[in-house]
Amino acid sequence: MEVLRIATAGSVDDGKSTLIGRLLYETNSITTDKLEAIQRASQRKGIGFLDLSLLTDGLIAEREQGITIDVAHIYFNTPKRKFIIADSPGHVEYTRNMITGASKADVSIILVDARNGILEQTHRHYYISNLLNIPRVIVCVNKMDLMDYSEARFREIERDFVEFSSKIKSDTQEILFLPISSLYGENLTKKSAKMPWYNGRPLLEILETMEVHKNESKLPSRFPIQYVIRPRTDEYHDYRGYAGRVTSGRFSVGDKVTVLPSGQRSVIRQIDRYTQSLETAETRQSVTLVLEDDIDISRGDMIVRDEEIPDLKREFTSRICWLDRDPMVPGKSYLLQHGTAYTKAKISTIDFIEDPATLQKIPGANIAMNGIAQVQVRTAKGLPVDRYHDNPANGSFILIDEHSNNTVGVGVIQ
Amino acid sequence: MSEYLKVFPKDLEDEAIYIIRETAAQFERPAILFSGGKDSITLVRLAQKAFYPGKIPFPLVHIDTGHNFPETIEFRDWLVKETGVELIVGYVQDDIDARRVIEETGKFSSRNMLQTTTLLRTIEEHRLDACMGGARRDEEKARAKERIFSVRDDFGQWNAKNQRPELFDYLNGRIHPGENVRVFPISNWTELDVWNYIKEENLAIPSIYFSHERSVLERDGVLWPYSDFIYKDPDEVLVTRTVRFRTVGDMSCTAALASTATTVEEIIEEIISTTISERGTRLDDKRAEAAMEMRKVNGYF
Repeated sequence: MEVLRIATAGSVDDGKSTLIGRLLYETNSITTDKLEAIQRASQRKGIGFLDLSLLTDGLIAEREQGITIDVAHIYFNTPKRKFIIADSPGHVEYTRNMITGASKADVSIILVDARNGILEQTHRHYYISNLLNIPRVIVCVNKMDLMDYSEARFREIERDFVEFSSKIKSDTQEILFLPISSLYGENLTKKSAKMPWYNGRPLLEILETMEVHKNESKLPSRFPIQYVIRPRTDEYHDYRGYAGRVTSGRFSVGDKVTVLPSGQRSVIRQIDRYTQSLETAETRQSVTLVLEDDIDISRGDMIVRDEEIPDLKREFTSRICWLDRDPMVPGKSYLLQHGTAYTKAKISTIDFIEDPATLQKIPGANIAMNGIAQVQVRTAKGLPVDRYHDNPANGSFILIDEHSNNTVGVGVIQ
Repeated sequence: MSEYLKVFPKDLEDEAIYIIRETAAQFERPAILFSGGKDSITLVRLAQKAFYPGKIPFPLVHIDTGHNFPETIEFRDWLVKETGVELIVGYVQDDIDARRVIEETGKFSSRNMLQTTTLLRTIEEHRLDACMGGARRDEEKARAKERIFSVRDDFGQWNAKNQRPELFDYLNGRIHPGENVRVFPISNWTELDVWNYIKEENLAIPSIYFSHERSVLERDGVLWPYSDFIYKDPDEVLVTRTVRFRTVGDMSCTAALASTATTVEEIIEEIISTTISERGTRLDDKRAEAAMEMRKVNGYF
């Protein structure tokens, strides 16, 4: 595993930007010209110390308001790994950004201010980490310096967190707790001398060694076709390759496969990766499959191995988050995208709307922006979906408004 | 910093190929914006891989400011021949001649800002609906927030506050007539990733990336490559220095870097130990702290 994708979220004053700035600083990922720009900006703002949050708060509006308003991507690496941070804002109104930032994450970092303890925001962040079933969650209890590095305070917050998270926690998710001070760099890159009572490892070491995706090749094999390659040159006159990225599982030469939704069957003759021929295509590899039989396949179809054929579903239960300013209109036809397949879809029933902070379930006639609900989805075409919990990469979809063309909703299949 | 990730993370290549294939599948007339720089050269290789053994099914678009390094143009023409890809060139000079833009004058004048008009005109003339660029999020703060599929209105403008959310691997490229999309397949790559990729793929790059002797003007510690396109005060002295370029932009706005790196390996070593970030050699960003964001709002890629 060469790349680790991290989602960070935190309230405005939790010191999240300072934490990220500190990680960049300590891993030598900040260059002198960027550092000088921060020094200049810190002085302009009249702050005595180096305001590392200025590194990540990029847009003009953010600098004016002193807040983060969109998902920002930050990159750094150590000799062990490349890290991609998707940093989302912590405001109530930006749940959609948080889901966007967290949707590809291997690990979620949630910041808690040691002075304030668990807030409504903390509930929201965890709710989303859980909704997306992010395999690891690291709860960083920050600003321990302002609480005299007190173990009692840390344990109290840990208890509070476990109490509410255990109500919804998925059986496959792991939660770690870490006392830190991002301002002073305690427990970030090296173990803090101020908190000898903490037995765990510092944050960076956890991130460098964390194992992710270990079972993905055992998941059912799914290959949505993106593009059909037909060179029609003399040399490759009869070449017909199906280009795509392995969503989950793996495919090998000789595998018996079925093409969905048509149900046509064939055998994998060849797996191409540029000029190389592979024996096996692993999860997330972009490859081109060539089949033994000349069958009619196009973008939107899915190749699966015969042992793992999913049912084609036209009705399913899903959790959705609404992303658009215009609320979800019940009964309206939306365009649903699953993998590379599109179909018209309707939300036939809203089972309930759930408050991520209180977990209260209330009935609702529509879903407003940032609202999260359990719904019944009905589609025009049958889709080869998996339950998100069983196979996340094939268990999600997006909804597009055909008039505005906006991505208006995202769903995970229950 | 002497320790670093020595391998190119393959995951980034798989992701970029996925994005390029989505672009080819979702749009009618996509193109690669080709500057002749290492990032767009990387894009061309990724596109070759995405459609192999087929040819790249879309053209390269080059916006020619007329102030290019001659080495870049030479390289461009070689690459076009080598790959058999179609080339479209939009000339900034045409927009100056037609008085659609007015050329800047003075000591720090550059045609960099004028490119936007030519780019938008070229997109319109060729009815391009998706333009792939080699921009990376690590280059600059405003780019850190850019989507992979970034929708632009009829005037090519970017609205940072109203971007489509991108969830999981879904890329929604649906647009209204007149709109177009900028696509950034190597969004998640860093400068070092690009160089490691160039090394592993053994990609050819323009000679100006490697150390050579050149006439430069030294202004406030910045080495400006001397050419017909640069204004020189009578009291300024030309000096010959051993330099290379870290980015390939216009001759009028790309600073040279004192360097003796003559191979890709040496460039990588230099980048790792260097203390100035990549865009720090781009004089167009220094005009204001929010310079990049302002240009993006107006249609620069």
